[in-house]
Amino acid sequence: MEDVAIKVENLFASYRKNTVLSDVNLAVESGSLTGIVGPNGAGKSTLLKSMLNLHPSLTGSVAFFGQPFKKMKKKIGYVPQRGSVDWDFPTDALDVVTMGLYGHIGWLKRPSRFHKEKAYQALEKMGMKDYAKRQISQLSGGQQQRVFLARALVQDAELYFMDEPLAGVDAATEHAIMTTLKELKTLGKTVMVVHHDLQTVAEYFDHVLLLNQTVIEHGPTNQTFTKDNISRTYGGNMRWMREEDHDVVPSIKQ
Amino acid sequence: MPYTGWIILTASLVGLSCGLIGVFLILRRMAMMADAISHTVLLGIVIAFIITREVSGTPMLIGAVLAGLLTTFLVQWLHSLNIEQHASMGIVFTTLFAVGVILISTSVGNAHLDVQHALMGEITFIPWNTMSLPVIGDVPKATALLALAFVIVLSFIVAFYKEWKITSFDPALAASLGIPVVFLHYVFMSLVSITTVASFDSVGAIMVVAMLITPAASAYLWTDKLSIMLVLSSSFGVISAIAGYYTAVWLNTSISGSMAFATGLVFLVSFVFSPKHGLIAKYVKPAL
Ligand SMILES: Nc1ncnc2c1ncn2[C@@H]1O[C@H](COP(=O)(O)OP(=O)(O)O)[C@@H](O)[C@H]1O
Ligand SMILES: [Mg+2]
Repeated sequence: MEDVAIKVENLFASYRKNTVLSDVNLAVESGSLTGIVGPNGAGKSTLLKSMLNLHPSLTGSVAFFGQPFKKMKKKIGYVPQRGSVDWDFPTDALDVVTMGLYGHIGWLKRPSRFHKEKAYQALEKMGMKDYAKRQISQLSGGQQQRVFLARALVQDAELYFMDEPLAGVDAATEHAIMTTLKELKTLGKTVMVVHHDLQTVAEYFDHVLLLNQTVIEHGPTNQTFTKDNISRTYGGNMRWMREEDHDVVPSIKQ
Repeated sequence: MPYTGWIILTASLVGLSCGLIGVFLILRRMAMMADAISHTVLLGIVIAFIITREVSGTPMLIGAVLAGLLTTFLVQWLHSLNIEQHASMGIVFTTLFAVGVILISTSVGNAHLDVQHALMGEITFIPWNTMSLPVIGDVPKATALLALAFVIVLSFIVAFYKEWKITSFDPALAASLGIPVVFLHYVFMSLVSITTVASFDSVGAIMVVAMLITPAASAYLWTDKLSIMLVLSSSFGVISAIAGYYTAVWLNTSISGSMAFATGLVFLVSFVFSPKHGLIAKYVKPAL
């Protein structure tokens, strides 16, 4: 394998007494765009959080370009699940995007015109410039997700972790987000995305990580994302339709 | 300054500090923590009294901060042991408060420290208990303490404004950006304790809780901007303090009680008339 961007070894994680992840081992290629796929409760969110020190792992090690998380913090962008924050918080879209820059601004300083400009450009890139001053609760789900994406973009990170950025968004937002993710990849960034729609996996991601408590299979999508591996991940009760043409079916969800 | 002036200034300082701190209590969904801390600081005050044998500014502030930190720590600890957050608060604050009450009745035995006083405060007597400050001259002790608390609270909020904002809105992002979320949580709880203990002596625990929660909850209904919410909340605190005082004089009733009642009125008015979330706006505005 080429440059390893993320290396996880023997990772275990639990909520109180429930072991959610056991013995996770993986190495993610630098510059790859990986879809993390698995049933509800498989531990996908927990895996992202454990890698980012947001959830204490029991044992195991995580390294980014050979360095521990603490040293690489500033190079990592995280897009949590949309439901993880309070959208009634008194703030507007531009302000939320500016938060992505707080790590660069430093103590006792306020965001400058320059930072606001950068945030504004990221909003513009996500097609949200007309909503910069809109209170965040007045945005649709898709628009909120674009704001989160814009916030990740301003962080100008090397590694991105995104938790279901395409869940519950409209088709236009899905398209805008995928375009952005592919651009990040072109720029050489490493991106891991929790994804819930099996039908678009092959179209969107060059690598796939099949997860259910532990890594079921991980590798290039065309070799890994097979019917067999998928049913091993989901157990028997997977709903899998249009198995042959899954990569040409456009996905329009709501 | 005349007697009335001191009382109004003192109560306004309570309104200002509590209004500012309350905004973050509401936004962090920690309103219950105000109740917890307002009770447990009693323990801090009692212990400070046992050690120094006086009820005075600095030892009391330190005692309160320690009690506040202890509360925060114990709540986090119980929560990590699989006990629900609000239950943890309930367990911790009733226990520490009880210890405080027991200490008062057994080892303190001083007229200055009784439970009644701690709960209701005694703002009426404040102007007579003065200290001498350079330049300014004679100032009521409680007022000086509140002014100090206000300066501390205001400078922390201004200095770490963006950190308070991000850790309240999205602690996970804050942590991933390298902002010390847990440390700031303890700093914040210390500010809650300082505000509470400084306000305690003048207005009592019940009024502190009213002043911490209600003006901020009202301000939340009027604006979508954090900075404006802070300004509104502290203004509501001051308005309630002044209106409460004059109501109390007019009806010849408890000053603290009237002030707490005034915060309730401010909330009621906000709840009905706020342009964004108010009852009337909901009927008048066409559905989107
Ligand atoms: N805060 C929590 N407390 C207790 N259990 C949790 C918590 N968050 C998640 N879990 C449990 O951990 C398991 C994995 O959750 P999660 O990582 O969110 O799964 P996924 O993102 O793959 O749907 C689930 O069984 C879930 O019930
Ligand atoms: Mg999840």
